[in-house]
Amino acid sequence: MRIILGFIGGVFAVVLLISLFSNLATYFRAPPAELAQSVFHREPKEVHFSSDGPFGKFDKQQLQRGLQVYTEVCSACHSLKLVAFRDLKGLGYNEAQIKNYAGSGQYWKTEVPSINPDTGEPSTRKALPSDNFPSPYANETAARAANNNALPPDLSLITKAREGGGAYVYSLLTGFQPQPAELLKRFPDAKTPPNLHYNPYFANLNLAMPPPLTTEGQVTYADGTKPTVDQMAKDVAAFLVWTAEPNLESRHAAGIAVAVFLLFASILGYLAYQDIWYGSKRAVRVTGPLEPKNQARTRRAKAKQGVAG
Amino acid sequence: MSFSWAKPYEPKNPLMRWLDERLPLPRVVYGAIGGGYPVPRNLNYFWNFGVLAGIFLTIQILTGIVLAMHYYATVDGAFDSVNKLIMRDVNAGWLLRYAHMNGASFFFLVTYIHIFRGLYYGSYKAPRELVWMLGLVIYLLMMATGFMGYVLPWGQMSYWGAQVITGFFSAFPLVGEPIRQWLLGGYAPDQAALTRFFSLHYLLPFVIAGVVILHIWALHIPGSGNPTGVDVKDEKDTVPFHPFYTAKDGWFAAAFLLFYALVTYFAPNYLGHPDNYIPANPLATPAHIVPEWYFWPFYAILRSFTVDFVLPAKLWGVLAMFFSILLLFFLPWIDKSPVRSGSYRPVFKRFFWLLVIDVILLGYVGGAPINARNVALGQIGAAYYFLHFLVILPLVSAFETPDPLPNSISESVLHGEKAEAAPAGRKARRGGSVATAG
Repeated sequence: MRIILGFIGGVFAVVLLISLFSNLATYFRAPPAELAQSVFHREPKEVHFSSDGPFGKFDKQQLQRGLQVYTEVCSACHSLKLVAFRDLKGLGYNEAQIKNYAGSGQYWKTEVPSINPDTGEPSTRKALPSDNFPSPYANETAARAANNNALPPDLSLITKAREGGGAYVYSLLTGFQPQPAELLKRFPDAKTPPNLHYNPYFANLNLAMPPPLTTEGQVTYADGTKPTVDQMAKDVAAFLVWTAEPNLESRHAAGIAVAVFLLFASILGYLAYQDIWYGSKRAVRVTGPLEPKNQARTRRAKAKQGVAG
Repeated sequence: MSFSWAKPYEPKNPLMRWLDERLPLPRVVYGAIGGGYPVPRNLNYFWNFGVLAGIFLTIQILTGIVLAMHYYATVDGAFDSVNKLIMRDVNAGWLLRYAHMNGASFFFLVTYIHIFRGLYYGSYKAPRELVWMLGLVIYLLMMATGFMGYVLPWGQMSYWGAQVITGFFSAFPLVGEPIRQWLLGGYAPDQAALTRFFSLHYLLPFVIAGVVILHIWALHIPGSGNPTGVDVKDEKDTVPFHPFYTAKDGWFAAAFLLFYALVTYFAPNYLGHPDNYIPANPLATPAHIVPEWYFWPFYAILRSFTVDFVLPAKLWGVLAMFFSILLLFFLPWIDKSPVRSGSYRPVFKRFFWLLVIDVILLGYVGGAPINARNVALGQIGAAYYFLHFLVILPLVSAFETPDPLPNSISESVLHGEKAEAAPAGRKARRGGSVATAG
């Protein structure tokens, strides 16, 4: 049996070596051409959010500003399907404020699909706190039709669905730029096609989304923060970290409690373990002070010195 | 069960006596994990991972049962039920899901340590061959369960992972494609596949629990192995499982769960793939389709066959991948060395560590993007994997001269403190101290 198995192993190894040689031969005969996106793609910028780290908490002011940027800019094309208006209490709003935000028509403009109670025809109504954020387009076809056949992704989970999270969103929003001349020189075929926009933070460098944040003061912040493009991008990125992970603060708080508990449990458990094993080790290793031999030795030493006991 | 000096169960209170006379369940538990199971006294910390695997199976079953109460097994509802209902609206649903998600990873992590412990200390050798083989059955069931669980959130990686893994079957000529369609209930993963994966994902953990009982039962016939690989000779060599190993397992479990908690609470998505937060889309293939990390070594073996040599490359890959696990069932008969513990096998030990490095290399390659360098590394790694088990191991076990073994377990625990306990030679002393380093 060992011979049969050894033979099978040998066959696999030989086929693998043939694969290896053919792989290397192909590589040296025709090295794969470099792609523009592997040379010019950039990792997300370094950016700090207050929710980072094990003790991270959301900056509610920043989340409110981010919501404002989403409402006034992003929501024109991007949905936020998994988030309900009632969830906004996580941003520090009270019930009346949420109701006003969703349904007054003053802040949130898109209405919720509904049915006309009199005719049964499809219609729309004002949003309620219990509704999820309604989407800007009725369906994927409508979304593509309005965007040169590109589909604006839902943003609810975007910071968990992209490598880099909030930093990626921030980098993408602030990363639009003219295509570098060097890129065109090295890769003449990689010219950004019409209707696409060059952005080195996007995986294939060319993005269908036009730069959404272009001018300072595009939104007017209620708290007086200066709405620079950088600030708006950072705020909306922080907001999207929240939409993807609204329970982050409770998770961090619970995590610290659990870690402290388990640390104590480990220490107490370790001491109990040492205590239980002490006698057992003594039974093998003649080292313990309570070993009869050692006790006798102690008694003898004490008697010699004239100490009682 | 195992040794004559094992303490018999003596119920202390009348209720337990009444129960014991009618249904001796307390007696079974006492003999299995209580004071009635004598265990070698020299176990190191690598012997803690079996109990840990049991703890993670329990965590998975408990969190999974509650998650199933809130999960919708439909292609339209699955993604939202996980990412909206469970993650946002169910009380502590985020905790259940993250605990389950990372629990799977940690279950595999402790199982891998447990398996490599067995490989190093020769736990697969007589008289424990069945313990080893039942363990491999558990591992195969875990892989099936883990794969199907990953499909349930119906994200991009769920969908394309299901596509790739069920696609293995289509590599077989003639019967392959019909088998694949039969497994999926269609031409591609869809509602039929999702529903049956959910059903099986709920069923298999209980099958695992059943095989775990057989695994422990088979272990208790010869009793636990130990780092010297020397058989237990008398009562001096053992301590009762309770309280000695319950205490050791207890504190170590708390410390290991701390590690699990840190990942679950502070980096819950670190071991996952961002693409699985994008809803499944049969029309958009992700740039890199990768399974969960615990499948990477096997994925690397699969992808290493790139040449149609007699058989199509894909068929080679699939055969090799299946065989890379199946060959482990033959291990007790491949490695004929009478010495169990790698600590006393100088040549085996070196190859063992080479295997560890090789599997880690394969794991890296399996998760990395495909390019000429990674593929070449994978091909070398995969070739070594097969040569190690099927060629090197039989040769080593035939030609190696093992170091002298200690005369007994209690002697090895003394590690040369007393003259009468000094092992037979200089080498054995070194081996003995390695064996009890934990």
